[in-house]
Amino acid sequence: MSGGLQLEAQDLAAAYGRAQVLFGVSLALAPGEVLALVGRNGAGKSTTLKAIMGLVPATGTVRLGGQDIARLPAFERARLGLGYVPEDRRIFTDLTVLENLETGRRPPRSGRAPFTEARLFAMFPNLAEMRHRRGGAMSGGEQQMLALARTLMGNPAVLLLDEPSEGLAPRIVAEMAKAVAALKAEGLSILVSEQNVAFTRAIADRALLIERGAVRAAGSVGEIEARLAADALGTDAQ
Amino acid sequence: MSAPLLEARGLAKAYGGVEAVRDVSFTLAPGEMLALIGPNGAGKSTLFAMLGGQLRPDAGRVLLQGRDITRVPASGRFALGVGRTFQVAATFPSLSVRENVQTALLSRAGELFRLMGRADRSHRAEADALLGHVGLAGAADRAAGELAYGDVKRLELALALGNAPRLLLMDEPTAGMARAERADLMRLARDIARDRAIGVLFTEHDMEAVFGHADRILVLDRGALIAEGPPDAVRRDPKVRAVYLGEEAGP
Amino acid sequence: MDLILAQFLTGLAAACSLFLVASGLSLIFGVTRIVNFAHGAFYMLGAYAAYWLQQRLAGPVGFWGAVVLAALLVGALGALMEMTLLRRIYRAPELFQLLATFGVTLMMEDVVVLLFGPEDLLGARAPGLKGAVEVMGQQVPAYDLFLVALGPLVLLALTLALKRTRWGILVRAATQDRDMVAALGVNQKWLFTSVFALGIVLAALGGALQLPRGETAHHTMDLKIIVEAFVVVVIGGLGSVPGAFLAALLVAELNAFGILVLPEVSLVLVFLVMAVVLVARPYGLLGRPQSAQRGALVVTARPWRPFTAPERAIALALAALAAMLPLAGGAYALSVGAEVALFVLFAASLHLVMGAGGMASFGHAAYFGLGAYGAALAVTAGAPMLAALAAGPLLALLGAVAFGWFCVRLSGVYSAMLTLAFAQIAWAVAFQWVGVTGGDNGLIGIWPAAWAASPATFYWLSLAAALLGVALLRMVIFSPFGLALRAVRDNPARAEALGLSRQRVQWAAFAIAGTLAGVAGALFAFLKGSVFPDVLGIPLSVDALAMVLLGGVGTVIGPVPGAILYKLLSIVLVSATAYSKLLLGGLVVALVVAAPRGIAGAALDLLARRRATP
Repeated sequence: MSGGLQLEAQDLAAAYGRAQVLFGVSLALAPGEVLALVGRNGAGKSTTLKAIMGLVPATGTVRLGGQDIARLPAFERARLGLGYVPEDRRIFTDLTVLENLETGRRPPRSGRAPFTEARLFAMFPNLAEMRHRRGGAMSGGEQQMLALARTLMGNPAVLLLDEPSEGLAPRIVAEMAKAVAALKAEGLSILVSEQNVAFTRAIADRALLIERGAVRAAGSVGEIEARLAADALGTDAQ
Repeated sequence: MSAPLLEARGLAKAYGGVEAVRDVSFTLAPGEMLALIGPNGAGKSTLFAMLGGQLRPDAGRVLLQGRDITRVPASGRFALGVGRTFQVAATFPSLSVRENVQTALLSRAGELFRLMGRADRSHRAEADALLGHVGLAGAADRAAGELAYGDVKRLELALALGNAPRLLLMDEPTAGMARAERADLMRLARDIARDRAIGVLFTEHDMEAVFGHADRILVLDRGALIAEGPPDAVRRDPKVRAVYLGEEAGP
Repeated sequence: MDLILAQFLTGLAAACSLFLVASGLSLIFGVTRIVNFAHGAFYMLGAYAAYWLQQRLAGPVGFWGAVVLAALLVGALGALMEMTLLRRIYRAPELFQLLATFGVTLMMEDVVVLLFGPEDLLGARAPGLKGAVEVMGQQVPAYDLFLVALGPLVLLALTLALKRTRWGILVRAATQDRDMVAALGVNQKWLFTSVFALGIVLAALGGALQLPRGETAHHTMDLKIIVEAFVVVVIGGLGSVPGAFLAALLVAELNAFGILVLPEVSLVLVFLVMAVVLVARPYGLLGRPQSAQRGALVVTARPWRPFTAPERAIALALAALAAMLPLAGGAYALSVGAEVALFVLFAASLHLVMGAGGMASFGHAAYFGLGAYGAALAVTAGAPMLAALAAGPLLALLGAVAFGWFCVRLSGVYSAMLTLAFAQIAWAVAFQWVGVTGGDNGLIGIWPAAWAASPATFYWLSLAAALLGVALLRMVIFSPFGLALRAVRDNPARAEALGLSRQRVQWAAFAIAGTLAGVAGALFAFLKGSVFPDVLGIPLSVDALAMVLLGGVGTVIGPVPGAILYKLLSIVLVSATAYSKLLLGGLVVALVVAAPRGIAGAALDLLARRRATP
């Protein structure tokens, strides 16, 4: 496996102020694997990703390629190979597309072709056409692509994707799925939180059902989706 | 027949050409628990803010017991008997738990501009009774900022009850709570609604809370109501299943 | 016409330094959210450093080399301060960082006296730019034309640095979303330090470039520039470099033409414009709403409560002890005692707005000063002392009602800056309305009536005012109104949902606090026998701020020990050493780092820990 690293989290617990959101989440992601976190809004998927990235105070352990990173600040985790694409995209609205890409630039990782603006523009032709446009003047779908491209500029080994298809038109969702598949083919490990069933099926190898801040079930995407459907309608799935 | 407690008539709101809420109408009866659900971005928050007075609708009216309150701001709706709780529970962290409730009681009595007298001695019995009701009797003297989150939610409920509301708006009442606490809180809200004939409208992502405690459910999708009815009917509704689970999800 | 052009060019030249200082301040605030009060001190250091270097380096190369070297040296000093002091307190509320940098400012004012002496130092003229150039028949100094050109060049350079370099792109990104920048692998620490250093280099450059205009280097030049720079930054919009440029032009031209056209109101003009801009555009000309609000001003885990019986007994005993001072002390001690008592009342009144109300005020001296002037004007008009003691607070009340109405409509730093603007307007009126206020000469002969003339009686009077005032404020804090005020501070949205109007509650608090500050001011006029514009000045406002923060803004009792300690220390240090500011500033810095919750806060923490471990 060329690109990805092993990511492992154990007993992650986190709270926003006094509101506890995570109650001991554990997961493991193999190199080159795509793992989906499935669950309702507010179940703790986003917080799981933020806790792994070091963006919310959390307890528990996080290992990247065997190294314990749980005590490192977010920027050091990023330098070690974690790439984070936030749920609300958090594009720098005053910066142009090229400038947004620049903020993500990190040195190449050995043993893999580095991401460059040219490569990313080939991957997302839309962005190439608007390279001088301000982030704030882009549509949601374009911003989502930019957010992913910006993170890729850092040549991450593990990608954390938070709701990449949320609020996007179906055509753009398909494009995102293609992009994620291409990254997987390059060997990146990807942890994705997602509510869109079709999208999850298209990209994920496995899924975890997150509920009320804990992992409720693990299995294939199909199994987990069925479980989620049953839960939502209050019918007994067991 | 007398007017319903709360009535929304043709409410609409657009942001820069995007219709967040389109022509939403419904009613709520005293003592009823009405849940508002729908996927992210369906317009729940917008609708809720229009009912709470934080947002002014582009079209439509909000009636409280037949009276048009569409143009009454949030601070004025309190006096008319509208209480509300927030998604991220909002209390006064550096006041004691009892003082939190006393603030609400003093506000109802119109006494908050009094410069004389001790606030901590006013409406004490009523404050303690309310705290007892939500199960916080033992925590009255602690700082609200020190409470566990489940208790903060309870305190918020007591604050909302402080003006003896006729209508209670609860935005995701169980968000951020542990599972056992959620059921307790919903049971408490339901008991209070029944005992005091308060109409409760709540949004919620936790389906257990919705299907376990609502008398009726409204389902919102892309700004419009797509279903309305008792839990069993809504659960079986094919449109609801599609919206919540995506087209492909089988039964 | 020609005169107007010449004056316009003078304004443009003055705008250059102002822009340099303000753009640095704005950059620093945009990225680090620190309101750097020490910015003026670094400007001053820049001037002194350039002066010193120019004495030692010869020729044009030496002259210009000295300017650049001075800016770089001072910039390095600024970076040092950021790394050793500010890094410790980034998570603290904004006002604590302001207090820390205020402490540094105090220290530097004495350091330059220590190194260079108290005299004004006249710098060398710029080689090659000593003469004047004729522009449309008017003689304009060549150096001024150089500055006129330099301002836009610096703007261009800064703009290019921000737009075209990786560093600039990261700075702009961090101004919008610091956490996202960190998630992309950028070490914020060094980004902050570099921005801070650049901001300080610009300030020092501004100082160094002022000398050849004929302005002297002196140890009080920091205050004037920091106030103007604050005004420029606020008018332009916090964090906006082009905004700072626009506002610097506006302010400098207002100054240049104000003196020409409306000399009577020239000092007020700038602040009037700032008030108008803030009321019309709450975020300045080119500013944006601030993103996330950081740590609240008042955070306390212990609900405020009235004294218990034993505590009240202790308080009464201490008051009785204070009342016995005339038995032990002479006239000087009693006058110091009276002054301390009046400042206790002054600080306690500010604390109602800041501690209970959660609103920062940089201009509380306005109400102290209005009280003093109200009393003094009444005496001048022939009123007896008691009537004058009523007139002072009344004037303060009117001022607080008028100013407060505007201030409660803004929030955060902008609201605080508006309080400052109003205080400066009041100051400028007192300074320039010579016919009524006596201007700089003040009003003199404000002596107490015969019954209150003895030092002991006046001390008792001041003490009684302070004790009653503090008791009254405590009563207000624990009244239903005080509860409403604290509720609004804790959570405005929740308070609104409970039917409380934030603005009305805070406005009323403003009025009460202003009136009591006026009582302190009125008595102060009689204590000193005179009133000068200083009683409305920024240093006095900052003193009050320091007293409240040092005492502990999150406690009820805080302002009392804070005022006693700060006032006594400054009086004692002034009489004991020539370098009182150095010591006082050092103490302020040490306390901010060691006891971020103030003296009373630290004491209560200690007590709570004692109780927890039996």
